[in-house]
Formats: sequence, structure tokens, C-alpha cells
Amino acid sequence: MSSNHHLVLRVVAKLLIPAIALFAFYVQFHGDFGPGGGFQAGVILAVAVILYALIFGVDEARRAVPPWLVRAGCAAGVLIYAGVGVATLIGGEAYLDYDALGPEHHHGQHLGILLVELGVLTTVASVMLAIFYAFAGRAPDIPDEEW
Amino acid sequence: MSAADVISLYPAFIVEHAAPLVVVVPLIAAALAAMTPGQRPAWLITLGATGASTLLAILLLAQTMTQGVVSYALGGWVAPIGIEYRVDQLNAMILLLVGVFGFLCALYAPRSVDDEIPQSMRGLFYSCFLVCFTGLMGVAITGDAFNLFVFLEISSLSTYVLVGIGSHRDRRALTASYNYLILGTIGATFFVLGVGFLYAATGTLNIADMAERLSGLEASSTVRAGFAFIVVGLGLKVAMYPLHSWLPNAYTFAPSVVTAFLASTATKVAFYALVRFFYSVFDPGFVFEGAFWIWLVAPLGVIAMLAASVQAVFQTDIRRLFAFSSVAQVGYMLLGLSFGTAAGLGAGLLHLLNHAMMKGALFMAIGAAALRFGVMRIEEFRGLGRTMPFTMAAFTIAGLSLIGVPLTAGFVSKFALLNAALERGWWWAVVAIAVSSILALIYVGRIIEAAYLKAPPTRDGVSAARAPAPLSMLIPLWTLALANVWFGVNAGFTTSLACNAAMMLTGDGVCIGPGAAP
Repeated sequence: MSSNHHLVLRVVAKLLIPAIALFAFYVQFHGDFGPGGGFQAGVILAVAVILYALIFGVDEARRAVPPWLVRAGCAAGVLIYAGVGVATLIGGEAYLDYDALGPEHHHGQHLGILLVELGVLTTVASVMLAIFYAFAGRAPDIPDEEW
Repeated sequence: MSAADVISLYPAFIVEHAAPLVVVVPLIAAALAAMTPGQRPAWLITLGATGASTLLAILLLAQTMTQGVVSYALGGWVAPIGIEYRVDQLNAMILLLVGVFGFLCALYAPRSVDDEIPQSMRGLFYSCFLVCFTGLMGVAITGDAFNLFVFLEISSLSTYVLVGIGSHRDRRALTASYNYLILGTIGATFFVLGVGFLYAATGTLNIADMAERLSGLEASSTVRAGFAFIVVGLGLKVAMYPLHSWLPNAYTFAPSVVTAFLASTATKVAFYALVRFFYSVFDPGFVFEGAFWIWLVAPLGVIAMLAASVQAVFQTDIRRLFAFSSVAQVGYMLLGLSFGTAAGLGAGLLHLLNHAMMKGALFMAIGAAALRFGVMRIEEFRGLGRTMPFTMAAFTIAGLSLIGVPLTAGFVSKFALLNAALERGWWWAVVAIAVSSILALIYVGRIIEAAYLKAPPTRDGVSAARAPAPLSMLIPLWTLALANVWFGVNAGFTTSLACNAAMMLTGDGVCIGPGAAP
């Protein structure tokens, strides 16, 4: 991949990708004050990687974000979400009652929703990438024995 | 042992939080199974999680026996606003059913999975199985109409994958899965549209609250439209007769464990949701609902019992045969529901429990035969009574139960259904039950004849050798076969589960059935 095709695209993409990733986290952390949250943030974060794959190739993207990490991410998000619930149970409240997480109501609720949305972000970003990898990595031709 | 004794066996923390844990434990286990590299750890996690969920379901059942209704406010948000998990006699029974069958199928799974699913996918298969289990548990336990939709989708989406994994044995699993995906999604869409209509009419999503606010809204066309959408949506999931076309292929091409699990739980949980909406959300006294039962549910149930049984008689693939038989058995349950009496509903729910035992055992036996000989067609079953004696003995017991022979569970529920039909004075229903049972005798008889009266196939003049199924398959298989006999002779437990639920829903004081005398 040493050719200089699409030089402009490469330079612009390199500038944009960190900004997109940063924006994903802005949407994530801004979720409790305005529109946004884990789902949108997860999609935007996945978009950063997908843009990288479009410009630099799927193989490069796979090296940067390996499929095993994507697969682990899908499950890790669920664990974070459900784990917050278990933590509140251990804290002596009902399942997912975030009051258990902080010294008083507002702290607990704030921390709880942020953690839960982090779980959503992890799973959504991973699933988006998993779908993209699955489509992008599909065998171009149908092998003879498949007919 | 009384219900209070059972509760006292559990720690206080578990007793307090049993309702969310019954769903959360398999959900966390599913994520862990997806992250573990090997297949054995994933299987152990599956076995542990389904076992733990079953224990929690037993606890919840005991709690409903002592205190009536268990209500749990998720996140501390109290009922009409927050999501409520609500367990009463009806869904405690369904939770127990899903838990027990999930556990038995997990016990049965490893040998069959090793045979039918490529190694790289086995860990994810167990994860997917647990997600499906979580979804079914969630549908059964939630007291929120929209949450019910979410769990219905969780279980359905994972089911499409589970069916599709069968493609490594037969490529047609992919089209079966795709067909199921399209129809299942249409069903889910219709269901959520119906819930939307009800939300528009009542302004609430909590099932108990919705039921309260719906009273007096009988004439509202919004409510009627919601009713229609929900019936079609859940009808697709239940495989109500003309909406059943996804089921035969899905059961035929899915891996053996998946077929055994789906046949004994998935349609049952959807049927539970239907009962919940018919009896808890909508007032059974609504005129349009009563007319709907008499003019649509009962005839469709009877058509299913007859037409699907006739179709079953002409099948050559054994799983396809029992898939059509399942459509027919759903007809029995729908017929029981349409009587609108405690006796009828009780008989329908009892048949739901018993049918899970029969079909679970039958599909497990078929899976064992597939493992040893790779056989799937009826003529290939010849001589199996000699080459796989234990498997076929269990198969025969479950088959007799499916026909409704006395001393088996199938007889108890069919007899209860007959009683309910006579009480209602519906002679045609009695005739339909009898004819459908004779058809069941024919299609089960064909297989048993092949297995016991024909000689095993010979190769180069040597008869096929005995090849008993592995113990890990025989134990769950025989558990179910013996359950068919046990609950046929001593039906007190199952009958009281079904009748208590039916009496609670209809408000009737009596629920006739053998062994049901209070």
C-alpha cells in the first residue's frame, strides 16, 4: 500500500478520524445534559474505524482494531451494563437503582447512567464494526462446492 | 414440603431479588460464554446459568404460592412509570417450564453440538442459546408491554441464528431461518403496533395499569385495532394455524438441540403472551373478544388439529412430521383457550406443559438417532428398536403420550380438554379431539412400526450393530420420558399449576379436571 493514490483523501481522513472519535466521546459524555448517549456515540466511534477501513483498506483496519477485540467488545458492553445492575444489588438497592452507587441521589444517578451508557457504547461500536467486517470480508466469489 | 419451606432454603438476598436475577444470570452468562475461547467452559457456563435460573424459577413459584403476586420495581421506579417484573401463578409456571427445559437441553447439548456444529462456532452457539433463554425468561416475567416486545425480539433474533447454524448439516437451514426471520419480524412489528395503539388509548405500558384503564373502552376503535394487531403478531409467534408456515422448516433444519429447545419452550412462551393479553390486558367480557374466540380462535384451533395432523401423516422426514404435529398441538391449546372458561383455559395450559414434555423427549430421541446413525427419514428408522433400545423406548413413551394413551401425561390434558368441551356443549370439538388423536396414532404408529417391526438395515450381509446413545443424552431424554408417565399417573402438580393460573385469570371458582379436586 505504498501508492500515492487518493493522497488528499488520506490526509483529510487522518485529520478527521481523531476528530470523529473525539466527537463520539463528546456525544457520550454530553448524553445526560442534551441529546446523545451511548448508542449514537457507539455508532460515531465505529464510523471513525469504518472511514479508516474505506481509505486505507479493510486489512489495515483489521490490524488496528482486530476482530477478536470486536467480538470481546460485543460481550464486554453487556457485562458492563449488567454489572452495574449487580453492583446496585450488592449496594443494597433494587436492580439498576443507581442510588446505590453514590453518597446521595444525584451523584449515584449521574454515575449510574454514565456507566450504563458506556456499556451501550462498547457493544454498539463493536456490533457496528462486526457487521462491517462481516460484509467487507465476504468472499467475493461463491466457491464451486457451494452451488 | 410446603412452599414456605422451599423459600426458607434460599438466602434472604436471593429471595428479595429473585425476579431480576432469573433474567440477569443467563444474560451475564451469555456474555461470558461469548468471551471464553473454548467450548467446554462455554458449555459449563450454560449449564450453570440455566440451572441457577431454574432454581430461581422454583423460588418464584414458591413465592407466588405463599404471597400471590411477586412485584419488583426495576431501578427503583415504581410500577406505572418504571418497568415492573410481575410474577403470578400464570407466569411462574412458564418460568419454571423454560428453566427446566433450558437446563435439560443444556445437559443434552454437548455431544449433539460436537456432531452438528463446527468447532469455531460452538462457543458462540452456547452464547446464543443463553441469549434465547434470557429472552424467553424475560417475556415470561415482565409486567410491561413494551418490555415484553423487547424480550420477544431478543429471543426471536437469537432463534434465527440458532436455526441458521443448522446450515452446516443442511444448507436449507439458511432459507428456513430467513423465512422465519421475515415472518417473525412481521409478527413482532404487528405486536408492537398493537401495543402502540393501546398506549395511545390508555397512556400506559404497564400491563396491570393498562388493563385497568382499558375497562370501558370496549367501543374504542383504537383498542380494537390494537387487539387485532396483537393477535396477528403473537399468532405468528405461536404458529396459529394459517400463520404457521415458518415452523415446519425451522424445526426440520435447526440443530437437534435447538429443535428440542424451541419445540418445548418458544411457542409456549408466545402462547403465554397471548393468554396474558386475552385474559389480563383485555377484559374477556369484551363482546368483540368473545366473538373472536368463538368465530376465529376455536375454528382455527380445530382446523390446526385436523389439517396439520393430516399433513403430519404424509411426511417422510421425521422432524418435519413432528413439526406439523406441533402445529396441531398448538391447535389444542388454542381450542382450550377459546372456551373462555377456567376448565378450558386450565386444560389448554395443562396441555402446554405436557406437550413440552412430549416434544422435548421426542426431539431429543430423534437427535440421538441422528448422532448415532445420521437418520432423519421414517424408513431409515427401521430396526432402531433393536440398535438403540433405550432411546426408542423413551421415544415410544413420549409418542404414546402424544397420542393420549391412558397413564401418560397426554391423556390427562386431552381428557381435561374433552371435559371442558362437554361442559361448554361443543360436540364438534369433542369429535375433532378424537379424530386428531387417531391421526396422531397413525403418524406415531408409522415410526414405531418401522423401529420395532422391521429388521435393522444390513450392509454386506451384516446387520447394523447396537449403538446406544451416550449417557449425557439418555439422562435428559429419560427424565422427560419418565415425567410423561409420572404426570400421567399423578397429575396433581401440573394440574394444580394450570388450574390455579386459569382460575386466577378467569375468576371462576372451579376448574374441572382429573386430580384437580381441591
